[in-house]
Amino acid sequence: MNLTLKIWRQHDGNSKGDFVTYQVSDISTEMSFLEMFDVLNERLVNEGKVPIAFDHDCREGICGMCSLHINGRAHGPQAGTTTCQLHMRHFKDGETITVEPWRAQAFPVIKDLVVDRTAFEKIQAAGGFVSVNTGNAQDANCLPIPKDDADASFFAASCIGCGACVAACKNSSAMLFVSAKVSQFALLPQGQVERADRALNMVKEMDALGFGNCTNTGSCEAECPKEISIDNIARLNREYLLATLKK
Amino acid sequence: MSKLDSKIPEGSLEQKWTDYKSHVPLVNPSNKRNLEIIIVGAGLAGSSAAASLAELGYKVKVFFYQDSARRAHSIAAQGGINAAKNYANDGDSVYRLFYDTIKGGDYRAREGNVHRLAEVSNNIIDQCVAQGVPFAREYGGLLSNRSFGGTQVQRTFYAAGQTGQQLLLGAYSALQRQVGLGMVKTYTRHEMLDIVTIDGKAKGIIARDLVTGKLERHSGHAVLLCTGGYGNVFYLSTNAMGCNATAVWKAHKRGAFFGNPCYTQIHPTCIPVSGDHQSKLTLMSESLRNDGRIWVSKTANDNRKGTDIPEGERDYYLERRYPAFGNLVPRDVASRAAKERCDAGFGVGTSKMAVYLDFTAAIDRFGKQQAGKLGEENASAARIVELGKEVVKEKYGNLFEMYEKITGENPYEVPMRIYPAVHYTMGGLWVDYELMTTIPGLYALGEANFSDHGANRLGASALMQGLADGYFVIPYTIGGYLNPQISEKAIPTDHPAFVETEKNISDLIDKLMNIKGSKSVDHFHKRLGKIMWDKCGMGRNEKGLTEALSEIRVLRDEFWKDLRVPGEKMDFNLELEKAVRVADFLELGELMCLDALQRKESCGGHFREEYQTSEGEAQRDDANFMYVSAWEFKGDNKYEMHKEDLKYEKIKVQARSYK
Repeated sequence: MNLTLKIWRQHDGNSKGDFVTYQVSDISTEMSFLEMFDVLNERLVNEGKVPIAFDHDCREGICGMCSLHINGRAHGPQAGTTTCQLHMRHFKDGETITVEPWRAQAFPVIKDLVVDRTAFEKIQAAGGFVSVNTGNAQDANCLPIPKDDADASFFAASCIGCGACVAACKNSSAMLFVSAKVSQFALLPQGQVERADRALNMVKEMDALGFGNCTNTGSCEAECPKEISIDNIARLNREYLLATLKK
Repeated sequence: MSKLDSKIPEGSLEQKWTDYKSHVPLVNPSNKRNLEIIIVGAGLAGSSAAASLAELGYKVKVFFYQDSARRAHSIAAQGGINAAKNYANDGDSVYRLFYDTIKGGDYRAREGNVHRLAEVSNNIIDQCVAQGVPFAREYGGLLSNRSFGGTQVQRTFYAAGQTGQQLLLGAYSALQRQVGLGMVKTYTRHEMLDIVTIDGKAKGIIARDLVTGKLERHSGHAVLLCTGGYGNVFYLSTNAMGCNATAVWKAHKRGAFFGNPCYTQIHPTCIPVSGDHQSKLTLMSESLRNDGRIWVSKTANDNRKGTDIPEGERDYYLERRYPAFGNLVPRDVASRAAKERCDAGFGVGTSKMAVYLDFTAAIDRFGKQQAGKLGEENASAARIVELGKEVVKEKYGNLFEMYEKITGENPYEVPMRIYPAVHYTMGGLWVDYELMTTIPGLYALGEANFSDHGANRLGASALMQGLADGYFVIPYTIGGYLNPQISEKAIPTDHPAFVETEKNISDLIDKLMNIKGSKSVDHFHKRLGKIMWDKCGMGRNEKGLTEALSEIRVLRDEFWKDLRVPGEKMDFNLELEKAVRVADFLELGELMCLDALQRKESCGGHFREEYQTSEGEAQRDDANFMYVSAWEFKGDNKYEMHKEDLKYEKIKVQARSYK
């Protein structure tokens, strides 16, 4: 395959960025999207140029490090797939592919396609946990949990924290991310003690960090590589409301 | 040998850890808050240690190269975590988990450490459940278990095929809670580049801020390396792209002995290489071997499609060779058997370097079971397949999806093609019972140390060990070291040792930037990987290893003459990051070959072709090699080997058989 790539290049957060066009040839359909980037970067290095910076690590769709807006879609055209698991067989020979970083006020660009997502760290630190010190636990089977609840909790917990929901949202809202964590614990008996505080504190932190509000467009769910359901947002709204009434 | 004191406590095996905990010196809470601990790496071992130590009141700083601790490669562990709960009522016990681990490791691990691991395994499950880790459950609400290789009980706890993710998110949430409480400070996008030692003790680190390129000095009363394994020496492995050995290697060069560097785990079930562009390999969880059957054609060079080969012409070679354990033999055994079939010309697929992992029988079995449950006594064959696929999807859905995304083939319809790939390194920094390296104050936890898996790790034991070290071992053992230091103030980072160590690293970076040659870092890394895979991989022999040693030296010289690192050093420079790591791999690869060369026996993941039985099984030499090789760095790519003899008091050492 031969492709034309329009890639966002930006030296750092303080500089102005722009699209740069690259031609790549002899791309195998077996390659992953990031392997195609590897080929381009290898060429740039050999030409003595600075390669394109992009985030990636596990390359098996679980670490949440990879990002990229590909042809206007977070993680590219294939549903339920991270960029690292997107393969070139889903593109056509001769196609022009536009690649941009996540665009959100709360995710400033570090370089090229790399953005700073540590805002998620702060939200997590504000309440995304059960306060149990090591060594305090009772026997695991003392706490039976209905399978359906455990499964629903697991599906919420399978969020990889990549930030696609924020990037896909026109308001740059982090509601899907926050609601997934709140739901994981709200569905489990372990999460009950801190249930109200968790919802309040995580939402407060999210707002303080400059993420936008949710207007229920559903683009987060549509673009989430782990297909986290927007039902979680409904649950978060309920949790938040109940918590406000309690306090 | 006085240099290698493993500090295994006296007393009976079952009492060692209990007695140790009762007698280890403690640190008063008001003193803990004056003691600083540096943790490098934030996977299962690092995050769990950071959270647990901060809960105790220590001041903790955590460094990792990603933008979040949740991205550490523990996240990718799929299958599960072992514990001796015996919830399945199938005869499991702490002793059996201990025994299976020692045997699985081919009698090359320490009894004391492994018994402790088995003892705390149950606490881990309790702790994780308390944190809200959503493990798989049965309809009664209790935890579900499955089997893994090398065991005959069901002791593996899991969360679909994403157990590592859920456990890491549990440890990460505990860590972030401490961050929120101000007890831990995390340094994201920071890479540790050297250890600072003062009077022979670890007193801090030099780290590079990967965004700005600035070198930073950080001091602490102790340093914990939780930086994972070194499988990326091979370039292609199931490790994440950024996994590296720089922290452990720099520690080694500062005096920490390196234990058993040649012990590498090659995982039998990975998606085969598809071309030269390949950047990494993807694992298909060992849990699939619970229900999948592995086979090749009985005819060599059979070009038929898998689905066209009739049942009678299939060779289920693991079931044939190892009837007692069948498809669930340990990883080293399964990998070698796959290589043997492919080398003999029975491989499948276009590359012929693959075998089939087939779910047809499982789909049929589950389908019939399900039809029975639903009362559909006259279910058609198609209906049975439909029901069976639903069950398989429930158990392994995410793995099947991943396989389809990568290969473009639907594994519900055609058998998966799999081949062994580098997955885990049992070797690592030598540590004593307290997890301390030979540098006082420097600890190694999780995959970064060598201690618990001997020459081969059993499936679902890495998560167990990482969390055991972090949650339940280090919080006790570190007190013994820190207790005498309670009146010591934090070392100022303008101490000459910090200045000098920083300068060494700064010089190293300048040297890499100034080669200005013509080849990329990846070019050298791929060549190193090929040498290692061909000559220090699944099969090793004296000739190959000797060749590898000289080839690596030549490659290393070339690296230092012809490397090109574009960009600036005071910048976000991904090529420079890789260059530092590959420079270390080029040295570590040599040590791995040296170790493989001296170990003239086959054991676990280390298969020396000269030493095998007439049936092609690994042939140990207990009389001469029942020791841990612990390598000391002697400067200028020279190493001296020390031996820690292994003593088995509880277990009767015997030939390892899964037949």
